[in-house]
Amino acid sequence: MLRALGILCLGLAGAFGLHLVVSNAVPPYPALIVNMCGISIILAISLNVINGLTGQFSLGHAGFMAIGAYVSAYFTTTLRYFDPDAARYISEAPLFDGLWGFPPALLAGGIAAALAGLIVGIPTLRLKGDYLAIATLGFGEIVSILLSNFRAVGGTKGLTSIPGYADTFWIYGSAATCLILTGFLQRSTFGRALIAVRENELAAEVMGINAARMKITAFVYGAFFAGVAGGLFGHLMLTISPANFGYMKSVEVVVMLVLGGLGSSTGAVVGALILTVLPEALRDVERQVELSGFRMALYALLLVVMMLFRPQGIFGQRELSLKLLRRLLPSRDKPGRQP
Amino acid sequence: MSDAPATLLDLKDVNVFYGAIHALRGVSLEVRQGEVVTLIGANGAGKTTTLAAICGLLKPRSGEIRYGGESIVGAAAHTLVGRGLVMAPEGRGIFPALTVQENLLLGAYSRRDKPGIARDLQRGFDIFPRLAERRSQKGGTLSGGEQQMLAIARALMAQPRLLLLDEPSLGLAPLVVQTIFATVDAINREGVTILLVEQNAHVALKHSHRAYVLESGQIQFSGASAALRNDPRVKAAYLGEGT
Repeated sequence: MLRALGILCLGLAGAFGLHLVVSNAVPPYPALIVNMCGISIILAISLNVINGLTGQFSLGHAGFMAIGAYVSAYFTTTLRYFDPDAARYISEAPLFDGLWGFPPALLAGGIAAALAGLIVGIPTLRLKGDYLAIATLGFGEIVSILLSNFRAVGGTKGLTSIPGYADTFWIYGSAATCLILTGFLQRSTFGRALIAVRENELAAEVMGINAARMKITAFVYGAFFAGVAGGLFGHLMLTISPANFGYMKSVEVVVMLVLGGLGSSTGAVVGALILTVLPEALRDVERQVELSGFRMALYALLLVVMMLFRPQGIFGQRELSLKLLRRLLPSRDKPGRQP
Repeated sequence: MSDAPATLLDLKDVNVFYGAIHALRGVSLEVRQGEVVTLIGANGAGKTTTLAAICGLLKPRSGEIRYGGESIVGAAAHTLVGRGLVMAPEGRGIFPALTVQENLLLGAYSRRDKPGIARDLQRGFDIFPRLAERRSQKGGTLSGGEQQMLAIARALMAQPRLLLLDEPSLGLAPLVVQTIFATVDAINREGVTILLVEQNAHVALKHSHRAYVLESGQIQFSGASAALRNDPRVKAAYLGEGT
């Protein structure tokens, strides 16, 4: 427990260090990409708990993200909407005002998403594989359609003038918390039980593991952090609309996982970094060949090549750890020792 | 009858259906404290179905299953483990991506006594030294025999009163089968009651006290294992000897 707190403090200190660097020495556009990377990291790690560790196939992560984004923004933003009965614009002061209102707003977003995760988790008890994927995909679409029809949150236009509270510290602090918490979870008896459900549900049941509860808990946990990521996203972009959270967003997170290695949290981090930076980095290439759309074609090609040569993802199910590094590094210094 | 050991497991007229298929037709059997009872029969006779019904993976349509005197019909599988009813599933059912040690620790999932768990982990390694050598290896990299050892050792981690073994000899070399069954004997001597499901009637009858013969979902006959080994019906159908 003390060790966990120590590592968490280290992670937060690291986030603060990164914040100082980014806010002082990095131009706005690269800084935005750095921040987007942090949000992608949270999304990928949290989806990994559902898809990677517990072996379910959720395509609804953007839905959880949307709920978190809207709920947290709802608390911090001055809402303006047109009331046709009074024939004038109504303006509502934010419930949580100021920067100190941000953490409770984020938390509220996470909790709202977690509740949605609980509701989505229950049908997963009867659905497996492709069927679950379709059901969760449907959930994501339902969320985005509902949001499009809520006048109080701006309908299809979405929410605007959200205060820009999400800086590099908040984003990477949340990412570090998510990574560290998930790391400890993975190593605990609980985490092993999640993996047992993935590996052999029947055997897990006869070992005394309540598979149904494991699956739902995984959904609730994953959805919570997706909600937090959504809240950070809203307070970074300053405006959100249902279009931000379409099914392509969910697919993107799944691709991050598959690229990094399904089942590996550190793999999820690497996958998130690559897939967030790559489309931006390829902009320069596109500019040089002067072929519009070339960027996305190249991006897709890279993914195809990756899946051909390393279908298990960069890390497979392994975690990048100091132990693994120690094992790899000396053998690289002395090639004779390699098996 | 007063000095006969108490009945631990009691099935009365159990009927199980898979949709329209009547898989178990009024199965009745009992297992007394301290016994090794075997359930033999051909492929598809309903042996695994019987085990699944006992440990809560399937709900029988009718009939009564009592364990330690209490009805366990409809109890979820994971709740029975804490009561000492533990199964080592068929096809070994280990967790391939977890290490041998992690597999074993998951066997103790419903226990909270850390020193006891550590002691039983060591006991598992004592029973199967091969597992100790491979403790940090992934379960999926073990040979078939080692996986079966792991499945049995993992079931023991749950401190079973009644251990259900589903086809422990399946797909194993004869020498490995001998090792496994020597362990089954040893576990029973330590006081664990065992219900053993086997296709290999020869081995099963040698390592059990009593036996039930299951055919097309019905118990055909039963008796002391030693007597059944010489029964012409069993010899003809299951031991491959002509009458």
